Amino acid sequence: MALLRIQDLKAYFTTRSGSVKAVDGISFDVEKGKAMGLAGESGCGKTTTALSILRILPSNGKIIGGKMLFKKWDLARLDEEEMREEVRWKEISIVFQGAMNALNPVYSIGHQIVEAIMLHEKDVERQEAWDRAGKLMELVGINASRLDNFPHEFSGGMRQRAMIAMALACNPSLFIADEPATALDVIVAAQVLQLLKELKERLGLGMMLITHDLSIIAETCEKAAIMYAGKIAEYADVVTIFKNPQHPYTQGLIDAFPSIAGERVRMISIPGTTPDLLRPPPGCRFHPRCKYAKEICKTEDPDFSQIERGHFASCHKVVAEAKGQKW
Amino acid sequence: MSAPVVKVENLKKWFPVRMGLFRSIMGGKELFVRAVDDISFEVKLKEIYGLAGESGSGKTTTGRILVRLISPSDGKIFFKNQEISSLSDRALKPIRRKMQIIFQDPYESLNPRKYIRSIIEEPLLIHGIVGKEVEDRVYEGMENVQLTPPEEFLFRFPHEISGGQRQRVAVARALVLKPEFIVADEPVSMLDVSIRAEVLNLMTDLRDKLGVSFLYITHDLALARHICDNLAVMYLGKIMEKGPTEAVLKEPLHPYTQALISAVPIPDPTSRRIAVSVKGEIPSPVNPPSGCRFHTRCPAYMGDICRTKEPPLIEVAKNHYVACHLHVK
Repeated sequence: MALLRIQDLKAYFTTRSGSVKAVDGISFDVEKGKAMGLAGESGCGKTTTALSILRILPSNGKIIGGKMLFKKWDLARLDEEEMREEVRWKEISIVFQGAMNALNPVYSIGHQIVEAIMLHEKDVERQEAWDRAGKLMELVGINASRLDNFPHEFSGGMRQRAMIAMALACNPSLFIADEPATALDVIVAAQVLQLLKELKERLGLGMMLITHDLSIIAETCEKAAIMYAGKIAEYADVVTIFKNPQHPYTQGLIDAFPSIAGERVRMISIPGTTPDLLRPPPGCRFHPRCKYAKEICKTEDPDFSQIERGHFASCHKVVAEAKGQKW
Repeated sequence: MSAPVVKVENLKKWFPVRMGLFRSIMGGKELFVRAVDDISFEVKLKEIYGLAGESGSGKTTTGRILVRLISPSDGKIFFKNQEISSLSDRALKPIRRKMQIIFQDPYESLNPRKYIRSIIEEPLLIHGIVGKEVEDRVYEGMENVQLTPPEEFLFRFPHEISGGQRQRVAVARALVLKPEFIVADEPVSMLDVSIRAEVLNLMTDLRDKLGVSFLYITHDLALARHICDNLAVMYLGKIMEKGPTEAVLKEPLHPYTQALISAVPIPDPTSRRIAVSVKGEIPSPVNPPSGCRFHTRCPAYMGDICRTKEPPLIEVAKNHYVACHLHVK
């Protein structure tokens, strides 16, 4: 049984101009000790998915359907009290995009980690919490003596490490990282990703990595889901996603991605732009940009179907071809 | 060999650090941020020259000096054999028509209260072009960047078009004066992956079709590899290595270049890269390390010589230069 199983999750935002279907029926699993990469362009619903799992959507956002099975709970239906007391931070924690700028500048790093521990585990003594904070710092590769430092005394990469330490403060079993390396320089980003990989293996964490950078997923994750306009276009293990992508969007994204290795080729972009989720196109949401689109794509929304063991896609063409029909 | 369009010799830009009253009365030593510290390179005709490095390496400052948005502290800039580093604004104006810049963020570099048409025609009006020619050039510029049909975009505001289209408006604005040289400062880093290729391919097409030379500033070596002919890698205001792109990226000589390359993730789950061996982060350019600036992080640190003596930039293979004591014979 997966650590976290998302089934047909729907989260909509209410705005003055109508309802935005930011996440519209997605399903995936996160396993213990494994990393699941959620990739997609800006506005495709990656972050909304993370906020839904932690049930911290902004006030105009609402989970309107689906299940989020985690241990003995269904997070979609869990009451707020239990969510706060039992799940958030103790079981599931998150590091947000640009999190290193989220540290409070007037408190020392140690104070902030200790605060996180004592808030969630009421029976822990202050001294014990400081000791734990020191161990956490060592875990993410910072000397424990720097607990007394303030955020401005840390570099960007160290602040990001401190945020990761804080997220691990209560021994969660699931760790969500939303664009953990985006605001960092290449070398520092590589160090942080290396750290996440080590932590996942050492602590047996289930990890969900949200990023727009496919190459990061290729290097750190075991499974990947490619999101487009609130839906999952394709979902499989990383090798399948990169070596045998089936959905035209996945194929397009991979072609649009430059590599420092291999042949030097002219990059290919996907024509058009991502749709406005207030008024998504009818049928398959990708059809206006898809070179294989036919009549059925314009009218019928494709199901998220399994095309081979562990490999899912939402595409009429892929399903037809899997059945041996010609497209 | 074609003549260089832009040539830079021993360029320096030191920004003074503001001192408090107390320190200046007490005669404290004046401090400088050595953003660009003695670099030389040249951009040839019809070439895309890449300038790569981490944030704070001085690449953007270099780009801005080249189009004289800021003046250099020292050194010479030649634009087609004419020295422009110390020209007055008035003398510079006719040359500005030939050099343009595209900024990083198309969400901030376009005036939100102006129609696309006004944005694109503004440089023409500044340079005294009037009448029918304005319209012709605006249309031509928009067609060059495939904002077609132009009528559809002329009277829209920047917020009504997508990010990729905005960046193309920025390119069109740079093109209407028919420049010979464009500085593109991270033109795609704010754009989504699926539309990056469109802007980059546009740049290579313009180079081939109109013969425009580019200085392409980037932190992304994978992207640089796909569009640059030559590449210079900067670190703390210095050029560490420069040469033909494939040579620099396939046979990097400087430990810093090697570290940068090994830090770039590869979009292939079956290839395993070597772990990054460089520790720490880029030091402050106010008090850069002595000797070789990279010695504090260098995995190949050789002791005293690296700490005390600055390595010269020497040619080790044809057109391939590196500044590292490992390669000094």
